[in-house]
Amino acid sequence: MSIDWQNFTPLAALAGGVLIGTSAGLLALRSGRILGVSGFVSGLFEKDDEWLSRLALIAGLILAPVLVGLVHPQAAPIPDVGWGTVIVGGLLVGLGTRLATGCTSGHGVCGLSRLSLRSMVATGAFMAAAAATVYVVRHLI
Amino acid sequence: MRPLFSLAVGLLFGIGLCLSGMTLPSKVIGFLDFTGAWDPSLAFVMAGAIGVGFFFFRRARSRLAPPSTRIDPALVGGSVLFGIGWGLVGYCPGPALAAIASGEPKALTFVAAMIAGTVLERIVASPRLETLDFAFRRGRSVAEAEATGA
Repeated sequence: MSIDWQNFTPLAALAGGVLIGTSAGLLALRSGRILGVSGFVSGLFEKDDEWLSRLALIAGLILAPVLVGLVHPQAAPIPDVGWGTVIVGGLLVGLGTRLATGCTSGHGVCGLSRLSLRSMVATGAFMAAAAATVYVVRHLI
Repeated sequence: MRPLFSLAVGLLFGIGLCLSGMTLPSKVIGFLDFTGAWDPSLAFVMAGAIGVGFFFFRRARSRLAPPSTRIDPALVGGSVLFGIGWGLVGYCPGPALAAIASGEPKALTFVAAMIAGTVLERIVASPRLETLDFAFRRGRSVAEAEATGA
């Protein structure tokens, strides 16, 4: 293992993390809801009285990079993979996060913040699977 | 949840994602590539998020149901599938949605596939399907069947 010092941005990462944790924490405190992005997306198919609030949170998430881009130009967030991989990856992320009832935000941020055993298992499993996948794609194939 | 408040929460969360570098698939893959040139930045994102999240969630404990402790094959298997998709592309759900406004065709395609995967789970794994089947066979409404826990 070697550290990629050129791309290592600890302060921005820490500050971004604090904002992420604060947003999830405020939603829990004010609304008693877990900020899980995969759950909010799935919840768009549930027509209850919180539907508009879920849509609003997702709209905020989509608008945020536009606002940030006005102040500071952003690198284009494009994956460096082929179309087939994009589609298979998207399907796996959608299917997997719903089977596991959570993703990086719901299990990784909120679940670990509240010391949930279930979220620790989920986070360990998706981190290990992701690292193994990157290892196979980058170093074996 | 109030719509305006959740819009603000979504904005704050998204600004955090941008600042943290989580929106860039290349940076995510750089973090997951432990045996290559490793970029530890995203460990700092998690540390920052959980560091403040811990105190918020401790205060919010009375507002939330206690976390489930159920560890089942769906949790582990689903997480593994999610991890494979995440490692292949470098998008998890939040950053994928945040990439929509860039208008990049690959970002839009990923989000469409992700929503298709969500719908697939709702069709394949939904207990409602069994409920529906049960209700159909007994000639009852789905609401009645669900109320009796069938």
